Amino acid sequence: MKPFAYARPGSVAEAVRDVAAEPAAVFLAGGTNLVDHLKLGVARPDLVVDVRTLTSREISDLPDGGLRLGAASTNSEVAADRRVRERYPVLAEALLAGATGQLRNTATTGGNPLQRTRCVYFQDVTTACNKRDPGSGCSAVGGYTRHHAVLGVPAALPDPTAPETCTATHPSDMAVALAALDAQVQVLGPAGERTIPFADLHRLPGDDPSRDTVLEHGELITALDLPPLPAGARSAYRKVRDRASYAFALVSVAAVVTADGPGSSTVRIALGGVAHKPWRATRAEQVLRGGPLTEDAVRAAMAAELAAAQPQPGIDGGNGFKIPLLTRTVVATLRELVEATR
Amino acid sequence: MDAEITLTVDGAARTLTVDTRTTLLDALRERLGVTSPKKGCDHGQCGACTVLLDGDRALPCLALAVAHDGAEITTADGLAADGELHPVQQAFIDRDAFQCGYCTPGQVCSAVGVLAEVDRGWPSHATEDLTADPQLTHDEVAERMSGNLCRCGAYVNIVPAVQQAGGVQA
Ligand SMILES: Cc1cc2nc3c(=O)[nH]c(=O)nc-3n(C[C@H](O)[C@H](O)[C@H](O)COP(=O)(O)OP(=O)(O)OC[C@H]3O[C@@H](n4cnc5c(N)ncnc54)[C@H](O)[C@@H]3O)c2cc1C
Ligand code: FES
Ligand code: FES
Repeated sequence: MKPFAYARPGSVAEAVRDVAAEPAAVFLAGGTNLVDHLKLGVARPDLVVDVRTLTSREISDLPDGGLRLGAASTNSEVAADRRVRERYPVLAEALLAGATGQLRNTATTGGNPLQRTRCVYFQDVTTACNKRDPGSGCSAVGGYTRHHAVLGVPAALPDPTAPETCTATHPSDMAVALAALDAQVQVLGPAGERTIPFADLHRLPGDDPSRDTVLEHGELITALDLPPLPAGARSAYRKVRDRASYAFALVSVAAVVTADGPGSSTVRIALGGVAHKPWRATRAEQVLRGGPLTEDAVRAAMAAELAAAQPQPGIDGGNGFKIPLLTRTVVATLRELVEATR
Repeated sequence: MDAEITLTVDGAARTLTVDTRTTLLDALRERLGVTSPKKGCDHGQCGACTVLLDGDRALPCLALAVAHDGAEITTADGLAADGELHPVQQAFIDRDAFQCGYCTPGQVCSAVGVLAEVDRGWPSHATEDLTADPQLTHDEVAERMSGNLCRCGAYVNIVPAVQQAGGVQA
């Protein structure tokens, strides 16, 4: 591991200043992702600024009826919070479907959405990876693609040598629920505070796969705000993985259903494990708006959403299986929610 | 780059100087000679290093020692009070819940954490009704202990041991 300086400043403002002033500085929260990356050589900072005890650990009610999750609240604490369990079950379920008890006790609200991809090539410093080492190429093209993207990728097979190629997925379960909940990200940066809609936090690779989010260097997440859900809204998270427990998602679905009247409902759907960011299925949501949530309607909506989906061939049969699996998982999740609202 | 830290390990305060790169697990094992937490994977994947960190089960292999100055750590070695085994330790013996024993200190610490979490009413992925208080069923224990791998495959006896320690007839 490369040597680094460690700092625990007296305030979040100082922490932001310290990181902003040093190009090779990073924030440390629970460390369950960063420390792993320090060991692997994926992260090579000169300065580690510990914010775990500086940001708030509180989960507090907002005046609008929503909930504010302090950046240092742990994944366990959020999942166990009565208000989260009763009002935002999709979030509790997503958190509980991720990692293990030990990890959730340490992982934080600020760190979880900023965890980096589990792409095996990204984590292996002996391979080419545009995300880890910009311009080096992408080893995932034609490689091990089981956990890679099918949405937000080019229509043709990507060029493994091009600097923009990256088919990595975002691995967080929590982030998929936050995308469906229209959470707001509270950020403190060198230029002051700003609020980012959660759906805009993560980005597609574009011409710079090394950037996972729109956060600028030195910007710190201080809290995540959950807006109140409409009365009678139901929500759920469903994760499909290679083992019954303790595995990253092959695909996952977070959904919120609000009945507007007989035979009409509003649906929010976010998909995990299938893109460089938590994927809000806005096209499917539009198709379903105002109509009944029959299985046929959901299938048609998903066909529209997945029209541009692109399977990535690879060893182990590639990842084309994700496309029908997504539709089936959305159908099952919405069926469960519709049955619950009856 | 060095830093001086103090850790309270199994009740004893220990002050030491660590490189900022030192994990809590290496500080315990290599610097303080506390070898009850085992190093399996060193990447947060196996649970062999599980300890109670400020009361909650956690993985010292993914923690920087310098970030936990002042922490209170309980290892499996520190669970027995006055020569009396902790109920979880006794249950592991009663139920024959280990073979080689390498994963056992981590399993035991994890189980102590699980029982405390269930007592607090914390749900898990196996909890059917998120708003109800969880019970120590087989599926609940298996899910909650899933972060502790056992290469000897003692799982069939670990689950009833945890249930026994939690006062459930299994
Ligand atoms: C074996 C294993 C299995 C796992 N399985 C799953 C799983 O199934 N599902 C899942 O979702 N996750 C899983 N995880 C990942 C885990 O959820 C993340 O490691 C964790 O949520 C990261 O949170 P942290 O507080 O430890 O972040 P850290 O490791 O401290 O930080 C992560 C990143 O966020 C940055 N950061 C942290 N806090 C802030 C902040 N407030 N503002 C700005 N930047 C910040 C850091 O600089 C770093 O880049 C698994 C991890 C392991 C090791
Ligand atoms: S050694 Fe810590 S989890 Fe494997
Ligand atoms: S008893 Fe041997 S690894 Fe668990």
